[in-house]
Amino acid sequence: MAADRFNFNKSWDHIQAKFVGTGHGDTSKFEWATNQHRDTIASNVGHSDIIDYYSVAQNLSQGRVRYNLMEKMLQPCGPPPPKDDEDEE
Amino acid sequence: MHLLHLNLHRAGAINATAYGCFTGNKAQEIIVARNNAIELLRVEGTDMPKLVSIAYQPAFCVVRSLVAFKMVQMTKDYLAIGSDSGKITVLEWSAETGEMKAVHTETFGKTGCRRIVPGQYMCADPQGRALMIAAVEKQKLVYVLNRDQLSRLTISSPLEAHKTQAICFCVCALDVHFENPIFAAIEIDYGDADQDPSGEEAESAEKNLVYYQHDLGLNHVTRMWTTPISRTASFLLQVPGGALGPSGVLVCGENWVAYRHQEHPEVRTPVPRRKDVPPERGVLVTAGAVHKSKDMFFFLLQSEYGDVYKVTLDLDPTNKEVLDVVVSVFDTIPIATSLRITRRGLLFCASESSNHLLFSISSLATEGAVTGRRCDDGEIGDDSDSAAKVAATFVPSATLNNLVPTDEMESLAPIISMLVGDLANESTPQMYCLCGQGPRSTLRILRHGLAVTEVAVSDLPGRPAAVWSVPKHIPVSAAAYFIVVTFTNATLVLSVGDTVEEVSNSGFLLTAPTLEVQLLANGSTLQVHANGLRVIAGDRAPQEWRTPGRKTIEKACANSRQAVIALAGGELIYFRLDDTSNMLQEMGTKELGHEVACLEMGEVPLSRLGAPFLAVGDWTGAVRVLSLAPESLLTQQAIMDVPHSPHSLCLMEMAGVEAGASTAASSATSSAAPMGAPQLYLYVGLENGVMQRVAVDATTGTLSDARSRFLGTKPVKLFRMGQGALLALSSRSWLSYSHGGRHLTTPMSYETLQYAGTFCTEHCPEGIVAISDTFLRILSVERKGEAFNQQAIPLRYTPRQIARLDGQGDQQPRLVIVEADADEYNEAEKAEMKAAAEAESAKVKSEEDGVAPMDTDQAVENGDKPPPPPPDADGNEDEDEEEEEAMQMPIRGPVPPGPGKWASCVRLLDPAQGTTLECLELGNNEAALSVCPVTFHSRGGEVFIAAGTAKDLQFHPRSHGGCFVHIFRVLENRLVLLHSTEVPDVPLAMSEFQGRLLVGAGKSLRLYDLGKRKLLRKCEHKGLPNMVVSLNVMNDRVVAGDMAESLHFVKYRRLENQLVVFADDQVPRHIARSCLLDYDTAAGCDKFGNFFVLRLPDDVSDDIDNPSGNRVLWDHGMLNGAPNKLTQMTMFHLGDILTSLHKTTLVPGGAEVVLYSSITGALGAFLPFSTKEDVDFFVHLEMHMRQEKPTLCGREHTSYRSYFLPVKNVVDGDLCEQFGTLPLDIQKKIATGLDRTVGEVAKKLEDVRNRLL
Repeated sequence: MAADRFNFNKSWDHIQAKFVGTGHGDTSKFEWATNQHRDTIASNVGHSDIIDYYSVAQNLSQGRVRYNLMEKMLQPCGPPPPKDDEDEE
Repeated sequence: MHLLHLNLHRAGAINATAYGCFTGNKAQEIIVARNNAIELLRVEGTDMPKLVSIAYQPAFCVVRSLVAFKMVQMTKDYLAIGSDSGKITVLEWSAETGEMKAVHTETFGKTGCRRIVPGQYMCADPQGRALMIAAVEKQKLVYVLNRDQLSRLTISSPLEAHKTQAICFCVCALDVHFENPIFAAIEIDYGDADQDPSGEEAESAEKNLVYYQHDLGLNHVTRMWTTPISRTASFLLQVPGGALGPSGVLVCGENWVAYRHQEHPEVRTPVPRRKDVPPERGVLVTAGAVHKSKDMFFFLLQSEYGDVYKVTLDLDPTNKEVLDVVVSVFDTIPIATSLRITRRGLLFCASESSNHLLFSISSLATEGAVTGRRCDDGEIGDDSDSAAKVAATFVPSATLNNLVPTDEMESLAPIISMLVGDLANESTPQMYCLCGQGPRSTLRILRHGLAVTEVAVSDLPGRPAAVWSVPKHIPVSAAAYFIVVTFTNATLVLSVGDTVEEVSNSGFLLTAPTLEVQLLANGSTLQVHANGLRVIAGDRAPQEWRTPGRKTIEKACANSRQAVIALAGGELIYFRLDDTSNMLQEMGTKELGHEVACLEMGEVPLSRLGAPFLAVGDWTGAVRVLSLAPESLLTQQAIMDVPHSPHSLCLMEMAGVEAGASTAASSATSSAAPMGAPQLYLYVGLENGVMQRVAVDATTGTLSDARSRFLGTKPVKLFRMGQGALLALSSRSWLSYSHGGRHLTTPMSYETLQYAGTFCTEHCPEGIVAISDTFLRILSVERKGEAFNQQAIPLRYTPRQIARLDGQGDQQPRLVIVEADADEYNEAEKAEMKAAAEAESAKVKSEEDGVAPMDTDQAVENGDKPPPPPPDADGNEDEDEEEEEAMQMPIRGPVPPGPGKWASCVRLLDPAQGTTLECLELGNNEAALSVCPVTFHSRGGEVFIAAGTAKDLQFHPRSHGGCFVHIFRVLENRLVLLHSTEVPDVPLAMSEFQGRLLVGAGKSLRLYDLGKRKLLRKCEHKGLPNMVVSLNVMNDRVVAGDMAESLHFVKYRRLENQLVVFADDQVPRHIARSCLLDYDTAAGCDKFGNFFVLRLPDDVSDDIDNPSGNRVLWDHGMLNGAPNKLTQMTMFHLGDILTSLHKTTLVPGGAEVVLYSSITGALGAFLPFSTKEDVDFFVHLEMHMRQEKPTLCGREHTSYRSYFLPVKNVVDGDLCEQFGTLPLDIQKKIATGLDRTVGEVAKKLEDVRNRLL
């Protein structure tokens, strides 16, 4: 059992390296939200019907909607919160 | 509850295209991706090229990218598909089956449109040696393509070119000839931005152009070269290399086009801007194509406003250095998702929100056009403001200067909403679809049936009984045709030339009614009249044959070599063209002993000297097949009983009908007919309006596989039309034909016809001459294969909602449409700006007269005037003008600088005439988003129009400057504003509810009564989770759809005057539309393309309606939810956002279905199964199909249909209908598994569709 647990941790590292956005114990709210937004945008960009839907609502061309979404991938939730020094708390 | 999903009208939207020659023979072909299917289109014709659909294949996955590639010295292109299946698929055309077949399907990742799973972008080396498939983030894979000894395509295991934390915008292969393949990508790294709380890193993040080189020797991929490019770059185009050009890429983005290549300085040019595009706004290049010929190449780019630019490169003499990137304004066409230029210089424009167009490029000359040239000023940044300073400006022209549209492919996409109802009083409901976007918005009225073009109509004296048309046999005026019309006691002959005239010297017997007219193979014309036969040859006197014993001829039929008559009393006489004398000779007689109801022989089959069978129907309801072979003349071969007396018969061959039927028929002789081979059918039209189709064995004449269909209330008359089509006339006219491998029986959208015949002339090769009442009509049917015909009415702005306004008394119902465009000036503002611009240009002109013009002004001035007509179009001036008139392209007007500007109107429309009765513009920057008719209980039956509007509406995040509900009165087809009431949030859904108006505004539901100055709030419920987007009411229940939290069942408690949510859903669903199926059941669809049915459990429904004792029914459930939960009855992923749902029947007497329209322009239906047996059959058929028919991209069908939630209780008809495309042995295997014959399975599939339409 112990060996399994050890292996689990090892594969966990592997999973985190392989699959972008896999969480860990110290995932901050910002990281979580940013990952989720990036996942959502990637999914939206992949489904052309959704792009079509947004384009009609906003009266923009589909190319522009896709471009705006892709540009948002850089920082979907704004800049990260300032890092607090853990000792201060 | 079990449902069957059936598609009625295929999606029109195109999301990706690939150009190549897939079937060989140097054809110009385009494969288009229609979201979850692919279609092969071929350009046919030279002077007026047309797009012809060759194959349509559902893929059962999201097709995201397509790329065509050709290996060296191959004539056919392969197609690679990037989909959501986590696999790369390479397809090749298979001539045997007539479809694209997968040659390789290689798995590389998980399914779904994920961030790091490749499939979004794809490109292939021009020499077909490698292809790159990339994800939105991180992953890029390179596959090496090769050939084995048998010159079959081989594909390597993938080579990784990953880069973590890099977002990819585009990939493109470089034309490097036979050097190592290089792929270029636009990437941006977010690693630093994620770590920097100040946000500076994100501000200064650089976009890079990255070259990935695949080293053929070492077989690995390296990141070869990285260079920062414009921050707004988003699109790459390959620049031809080798002898033709310098290789490298064209980097397109907002405002700029730049040439980039390794070891070459950047050459960038600002994209010419429309004069009315404010400097704050960018001009984004969203599509482009490159055209290469032997000695030149050019690019066509399209901006987000639809302007097409021609881009050429000025090269130094060695062709290796780019001196200038010249961007000149070309034309303005609909905004395209993708542009393709074919080998012969045709431009295919896959439009976003209108019909797809094919253009021929009439001129490439851009002298005089507004042109942008390189800008070397390094100080000028990439942003719009800077670009606006240096960019040339132009005024777009609504007429095309360089392009000539040659074909149009209909597309309904995007359908924003739909209303179903019989508003025009036609007994079958029409579908009113709101389609399009911005200036291309239309209301399309769809009717089930083929569109019929009326060529000519003429009035006749009296009421004719039948009509035929034959080529002339005597020289009468300029006529090429005779039309023979018979009345009950006489015959009339008309000659058809430029005019229709009566002819008396045609040789036809005019004093008796005619039974049949037929052109014989020897060039003479046969007339069968009541008393005999007359053969009319042009130069000789008519030859007459009289019936023995003055008997009258009751029925007759003839083809080019044979004729059969039935005399009163039941005697058949058979005539045949004699081989030696070439005259019609009596060959045999037969006494049947009973009166004949109908006779039919069919046409002479190719390579035979006569039709093999004669079908005879009698009044007792039997149809006999007699042989016409000389050795067994008029002996009975088969007999069939029909449920009613037959009225007419038709024997004909149908080509390409599904294999199921042909196997069934040929099973007797056990000679498996090849798929799609012509099959002889006997059609029987019965007195009760039913048509039966029976397969006839070509050698033995045995009958099998009977299928029947109800056509109308009158006896069915059948007529053989040219090109394998059958016309069936009852109370409606139907055309039965095979199209795209399927057998279709479609009504014609035309009035009732009494009799018809073929009419084939030069102008009208597939014409129909017909009689209705006392009129002779010449018709033609063009758009075969489409189940619906369309009538389009242009609208001003993007339509949002449509409502039916029932008239009082006998007044016809009308339609109310609300239209709203974001980012748009309204009509008044546009007119003002236009006037201002004109005044300014006049001023500029007067100044120019004195002063030498500046460069940019020159450009502006040139842009104002269309360039001189193309040199090759030297024709009649007037004709040119007329043509140009027809080429008007609606152009999106001046664009406001920032978001939050709206233009909107409320329109009252007469659906029968298709005319706008009133169009009220909304000022004040208001956007009308919802509309509903409402009858207030206090106002005696008067119908008011309620329109929900929002002022200064903005998205991301949503904000507004006040929302209103306007109440309009309808007075004599005018809309009169009664009053406006402010509501707290955007009213997206409204409904009449118990004589009051129910408004869903944001999180609240409000019930309003009509007051004198405003609406009076009577009741409110504030507790819905996010935003109400749909409302359906029945009795005292309301079903409110929330934007992100599924459906809520609300009860109005009259005594307490309370709206109470008593049931909600267990799953959060982003509701797009919903409709009620019954009191306890609602169907809905969500933003992710899922369709579901939710039902209130029986006991809950009962408890709510009859609360017993002191049970507290209204307390809260867990976690602030409602106390009761809905159960999910069905679930199905369509892969397409539904924009309307209606419970309706499509034809009188048809099955009740849930009809939907989707954003990509598809129409479909969910048909409830009525018996357990049907459910069982279809569930098993679907199961077999899943096993036997591998999907195109290797995506598992179940997994696709369960994209977000597991599929439940819905059978996919699209998959089941592919049964006909399977090879025969597999069809047999499946049929055996289902305990049926192949014919029975095919029949079942056809029946289920016939129940719908």
